Amino acid sequence: MNNLLVVDSVSKNFGDFRALNKVSIAVPQGSIFGLLGPNGAGKTTLIRIINQITMPDEGYVHLDGSPLQAHHIKDIGYLPEERGLYKSMKVGEQALYLAQLKGLSKQEAKERLKYWFDKLEIGDWWNKKIQELSKGQAQKIQFIVTVLHRPKLLIFDEPFSGFDPINANLIKDEILQLRDEGATVIFSTHRMESVEELCDHIALIHKSNKVLDGKLTDIKRGFKTNTFEVGLQTPNVDEVTKIIKDKFDIFPATFRNLNDDLKLNIKLSTNESSNDLLSFLTSKAEVHHFVEVIPSANDIFIQTVKNN
Amino acid sequence: MNHLSLIIKREYLTKVKNKSFIIMTVLSPLIMIALIAVVAYLTQLNNNKERTIDILDETGLVSPIFKNTEHTTYTILSNTTLDEAKAMVEAKEDYGLLYIAKAETADAVSGSVKFYSEDTPSLTLISALESKIEKKLTDLKLQKNGVDVDMIKSSKTSIEINQETFTGEKTSKIDNILKLAFGGIAGYLLFMFIIIYGNMIMRSVIEEKTSRIIEVIISSVKPIQLMMGKIIGTSLAGITQFIIWVILGGVMMTVVSAIFDINFTEIQTPQHELMQQALQTPELQDQVQLVMASFFNLPIANLLIAFLFFFVGGYLLYSSLYAAIGAAVDNETDTQQFMMPILMPLILAVYVGVFTVIEDPHGTVSTVFSFIPFTSPVVMLMRIPFGVPIWQQVLSLVLLIGTFMFTVWFAAKIYRVGILMYGKKPSYKELYKWLKY
Repeated sequence: MNNLLVVDSVSKNFGDFRALNKVSIAVPQGSIFGLLGPNGAGKTTLIRIINQITMPDEGYVHLDGSPLQAHHIKDIGYLPEERGLYKSMKVGEQALYLAQLKGLSKQEAKERLKYWFDKLEIGDWWNKKIQELSKGQAQKIQFIVTVLHRPKLLIFDEPFSGFDPINANLIKDEILQLRDEGATVIFSTHRMESVEELCDHIALIHKSNKVLDGKLTDIKRGFKTNTFEVGLQTPNVDEVTKIIKDKFDIFPATFRNLNDDLKLNIKLSTNESSNDLLSFLTSKAEVHHFVEVIPSANDIFIQTVKNN
Repeated sequence: MNHLSLIIKREYLTKVKNKSFIIMTVLSPLIMIALIAVVAYLTQLNNNKERTIDILDETGLVSPIFKNTEHTTYTILSNTTLDEAKAMVEAKEDYGLLYIAKAETADAVSGSVKFYSEDTPSLTLISALESKIEKKLTDLKLQKNGVDVDMIKSSKTSIEINQETFTGEKTSKIDNILKLAFGGIAGYLLFMFIIIYGNMIMRSVIEEKTSRIIEVIISSVKPIQLMMGKIIGTSLAGITQFIIWVILGGVMMTVVSAIFDINFTEIQTPQHELMQQALQTPELQDQVQLVMASFFNLPIANLLIAFLFFFVGGYLLYSSLYAAIGAAVDNETDTQQFMMPILMPLILAVYVGVFTVIEDPHGTVSTVFSFIPFTSPVVMLMRIPFGVPIWQQVLSLVLLIGTFMFTVWFAAKIYRVGILMYGKKPSYKELYKWLKY
């Protein structure tokens, strides 16, 4: 697959502290790439290196096939976690200024801003000062400014913080649409449900090292334990439980169901298939619920961080 | 448009459009003019007060010399005792009573002059009276000794030593005063400019940090571009403010003086009056001509060029440091510990300029300090009117520019790291560490 961004064994030291240790990631063209990690893991440092705010001590970053250069700033749109706008500047003026810094001409910037302001229905904010807007409203402006110059690579650091659910959804849809239009997105967040929802690929950075990366589905496959969640209906609960226990590893399970007589998590060994289990169960009781336990991004995150 | 000019434009426009900036720009000269006008008006009021001085001259020798003037009326009393005279003057609420006791000789008279008044009389008045009586008594004594006073007067000579350097350059005392004024004003202007607009730069960097916009900006432009843009933009705003002050000040000065009929050149302190009395000689005309001549004697072209270079160089040097401080801290209260090392050389420069350059413009201390980059802008600007060899000026300027480039590099380093550091107040040790990031 074609990678838009390749980070090749990048290291960065701040004095004695090693913020990044030979971190490599590859972000495929047109994907939404989740950059995850606990607080202080080095995510922001990596993002700043990609943005050429800080220079790496070792390693290389390639964007679109060529080493990172000054002109690449116009190909990247960055929404930092620590964000803000000039408080006493008017919305329109400010957006124009920031767009021009990204290399747009004034005319171009004006047209695109008009498009976005109409799209998000905020046209009447043009002459307001930022300090007159609410936090969420300012965030919208910030989002527009980030994507206005149609960068190839979009980097969002906690893009949904400060938004109400409606606006968060709106922004999510915009991100997906930008992806569909060809942009590649790096998405850094602690909200695992949005990772689950949006990301195709993830990388997990922990204590300055990359500890996990790949396609989210592949990673999940790697983390699955061949466990199945089952709900059975039988008059002799104790007896059936005993029979199953003799043959498989079982754990108690909790899930919502209409008739909940016996709920179990059943772990299979590698040479047993789900069909074997299912046919075994149907012979002993009536199966109402049968589903493979797939680890959530949240589980993967916690498990990986704890194990390292 | 490239980044730098965009940043400069934004910095300039936000500064100039800022309400407090506009208010400061308009109000400052107004306040200044109002202040001067009040002082001028009060002085005039004081001078215009009519006062009557009574004179009781028991010798009859001195009183004829007192002629009424515009503001002072002299009343000669006679056939009365001192006590009566005192009571009468007090009753009339006159300004005071000059009493010259009966004495045989001029010498004796000189010790018996007294002035009675309600309050302590003004210094100016007393010295005026003293000099008048002195003159008269001297004449009397001369006459008594058989000297022709007219002859002495006619043989009095006034001398002004014409100074000239070996290269043929004419100089004079007035020259020196003029040079000092020139250098002093230039140095002081630079000092004020650095403090006012340096602070403004610092605040604008801190503002970017506290509003958290910095990371957005810095992903588009290089920190050094942002820093230089800030420095230049703010400086241009500063220059605009200065020019407006000068124009507004000039216009208002004219208007106010026209309306209130106040002549600003007549604002006088007692010291001024004393000086003027001393200068009230026919030579005054010559003096004015000398001042004019001295002015044109100054190396004006050199002065202007040097002023431009040293002013810009010195200002940029310090303002880059101010920008670095702004980047290193989170809020203005944390700036104190870093301000001292910046202000020290600046204050030192002004002191050196005021105390040593006046005494000996080409002495070791002045010369050395006019080469040290942190003091050179101020000290050199003060020295140049006295004639500094071109090679010295150039060398000093080269050192200044070299140091400027170093401080910009240094400041940019601090700036680059500092603008992304939040939360804690950095120590000097940490700043040093930042240089290596």
